[in-house]
Amino acid sequence: MPPLITQHDLENRIHDFLAAHDPGSTDRLDFLRARFDAGLAWLHYPPGLGGLGLPRDRQPIAEKAFAAAGAPDNGPRRIGIGLGMAAPTILAFGSDEQKQRWLRPLWCGEEVWCQLFSEPGAGSDLAALATRAVRDGDDWVVNGQKVWTSMAHEARWAILVTRTDPDVPKHQGMTYFVLDMTAPGVEVRPLRQITGEAEFNEVFLTDVRIPDSQRLGAVGEGWKVAQTTLMNERVAIGGGASPRESGMIGVLAKTWRENEKVRDAALHDRLMTLWVAAEAARLTAQRLSAQLAAGQPGPEGSAAKYAFATLNQQISGLELELLGEEALRYDDWTMRRPDTVDFVGRSPGYRYLRSKGNSIEGGTSEILLNIIAERVLGLPGEIRADKDVAWKDLPR
Amino acid sequence: MSDELLYSETEEELRTAVADLLADRAPWSAVLARTETAEPYDAQLWKALGTGIGAAGLLIPEELGGAGATLREAAVVAEELGKAVAPVPFLGNLMATELLLAARESGNGTAAAAEDLLRGIASGEVTAVIAIPFTRSPDTTYKGRVSVTPWPPREAPHPARLTGKVTSVAGAQTADVLLVPSDGSIYVVQAADARITPVTTLDMTRVLSDVEFDDTPGQLLAIRYEPLSQALLSGAAILASEQLGLAEQCLTTTVEYVKTRHQFGRAVGSYQGLKHRLAQLWVQIAQARAVARHAVSATGAEREIAVAIAQAHCSAVAVQAAEECVQMHGGIGFTWEHPAHLYLKRAKSSSIALGSPTRHRRRLAELVDLPAS
Ligand SMILES: Cc1cc2nc3c(=O)[nH]c(=O)nc-3n(C[C@H](O)[C@H](O)[C@H](O)COP(=O)(O)OP(=O)(O)OC[C@H]3O[C@@H](n4cnc5c(N)ncnc54)[C@H](O)[C@@H]3O)c2cc1C
Repeated sequence: MPPLITQHDLENRIHDFLAAHDPGSTDRLDFLRARFDAGLAWLHYPPGLGGLGLPRDRQPIAEKAFAAAGAPDNGPRRIGIGLGMAAPTILAFGSDEQKQRWLRPLWCGEEVWCQLFSEPGAGSDLAALATRAVRDGDDWVVNGQKVWTSMAHEARWAILVTRTDPDVPKHQGMTYFVLDMTAPGVEVRPLRQITGEAEFNEVFLTDVRIPDSQRLGAVGEGWKVAQTTLMNERVAIGGGASPRESGMIGVLAKTWRENEKVRDAALHDRLMTLWVAAEAARLTAQRLSAQLAAGQPGPEGSAAKYAFATLNQQISGLELELLGEEALRYDDWTMRRPDTVDFVGRSPGYRYLRSKGNSIEGGTSEILLNIIAERVLGLPGEIRADKDVAWKDLPR
Repeated sequence: MSDELLYSETEEELRTAVADLLADRAPWSAVLARTETAEPYDAQLWKALGTGIGAAGLLIPEELGGAGATLREAAVVAEELGKAVAPVPFLGNLMATELLLAARESGNGTAAAAEDLLRGIASGEVTAVIAIPFTRSPDTTYKGRVSVTPWPPREAPHPARLTGKVTSVAGAQTADVLLVPSDGSIYVVQAADARITPVTTLDMTRVLSDVEFDDTPGQLLAIRYEPLSQALLSGAAILASEQLGLAEQCLTTTVEYVKTRHQFGRAVGSYQGLKHRLAQLWVQIAQARAVARHAVSATGAEREIAVAIAQAHCSAVAVQAAEECVQMHGGIGFTWEHPAHLYLKRAKSSSIALGSPTRHRRRLAELVDLPAS
């Protein structure tokens, strides 16, 4: 069946939209809101929610056309968690009212989101989490501590997983909420990281009240909702369709082209090996997004994220070796509070250090390999001593 | 469009037909048994595949009796052949076909001869291979050690006499016609007129031969290099898909085995040391599929880049898969009675064939402007 809206139709729509909203003279936010309302934001979202219900792989057509017209973007690196994780979860589990409330300001970049999943005692084993939510009338009262929360200092909203029933095994007693980060009892403290800055935080929740209307999914279904978030996170980090030599390999290639003095035969073969690996990962992500055109991300996204982390670390490591003496200098150890997540910018030393987080955030590489081995290859699961034990009786 | 990286319905149908045939006619035990006979290539299987399913004439236009298909369809056949390490001259015949198709276009008086051969290939009467060492990469400037008289070649078609030797030619043993490169030109020689000596080959399922000419009659086919490198490029693209199929088969077999083999009271596949390596292999294979699909879809200047990427990547993945297959089967994997060795031998040989990964990376460096020095 041919798609209802052809590429040509789509280009026409964008053209008409741009004619009616001149990017040069329209206020940035007005422009983005109008783009959302015209269904030209994330094309695969349903009509009325910023999209046209098109296959995902049409998005580059829109991005290209808007970029060519000099249109303002929504600052995707500032709102990555909202776009990549919160939004697909809200779309999948939110009520109509919730979708109307949250998706538009999220996409337009008016409201930054963060992800309150990890806790001191629950990282890879997210389902062990201890933050308690107790029902009180129309509200829930939440107490606990989250950690490693990227962008919590910028965020207006958070996606939050809590324990609502400690008497059942860990996977069954969780519930998923949207938390207002400005609510009383929410305290955000910076956590400084190996790069010197503090992109992530610890977040303390003390008697925080969340209205039941901000629950996503049923009570006790938090694990299922969180899975949707994590699958989307991995696809988002693993990257969709991007041009050749984007990301870190582009930086490395540029260094090689521009500095004849760094060239060396042994390093050359390593450079080319990584160049090929980057292309292989890029084409695979492209293939995945074509496959996903209609469907939802599955465990394959874990492979993309795993590949991306490994590559970034190898590429940034080689970059330092190429640079030699220059690599011994670092740009800035100041404790900053960045407002974007930046993998590629700044200096070579920064890239090397920041990429160490790539194999930890969003599921460690070891966990991703477990997921591929078990869910794709059907190999036996890890031994789970805690599977049938009520959460409250787990050894800690 | 990124759809080019997926498989079409027609391609999936072709895959099923080939897979069914191979399951029926080329189970690994039969493939292994054949390696110890005087006929390492399976002529019956090749006939069924080549003319029954039409794999021999896939790339040949319909007006010459072929299927008028593209490398994309041929790649699906190659994947299945790789899974079965099937002993058929599909790859060699495909490269010869590409050379003939290019010669047909080159318009120097040899179109009719090329067309006759192409018709013969499509109908299954003729199997052709290029007489070139199997190691040659597409960016080769191959001159060969075959001398030709009279020299220089006159207008084609032009009878000539060839003398000299070409070593390590794949598929020559089953070929009816040899396309012989010599000093920039290509000659057609009837295989029956050459001396073809099979060599003991590391890859027992793709036996190589040394081919000798001694004042052997030939006909001029083309006076240029370009068709030869294009034919080798197509071969390298198709080989990447064969390597993908081989790697997939090794992974499938190994995953099945580690699920059932128990040690220390558990399936060995429950140990993370193995699980993680198999998961990594799966990631590599998913990438091999993307680059292999791209290699058979790309056109223009992108084609040579895409093929070099695919060869550099898929060669390594096939070897990794076959080596893991041997290792994770333990002692069984080291025996003659288990198919793992057939895959290992094919994988390692293929990684050297049509240019090694290092060679492809070096070529790529030139193509994408990342000079070595
Ligand atoms: C830069 C960065 C940003 C982050 N941002 C956020 C965020 O915004 N929101 C959020 O909720 N979290 C965030 N995280 C947290 C991240 O999700 C966790 O750090 C991660 O899930 C690992 O948990 P952990 O740190 O407790 O390590 P652990 O789970 O304690 O792991 C320690 C080591 O053991 C290994 N391991 C654990 N279990 C297994 C197993 N079954 N098999 C094999 N190996 C195993 C791990 O791979 C790791 O190497 C961020 C982390 C980083 C580094």
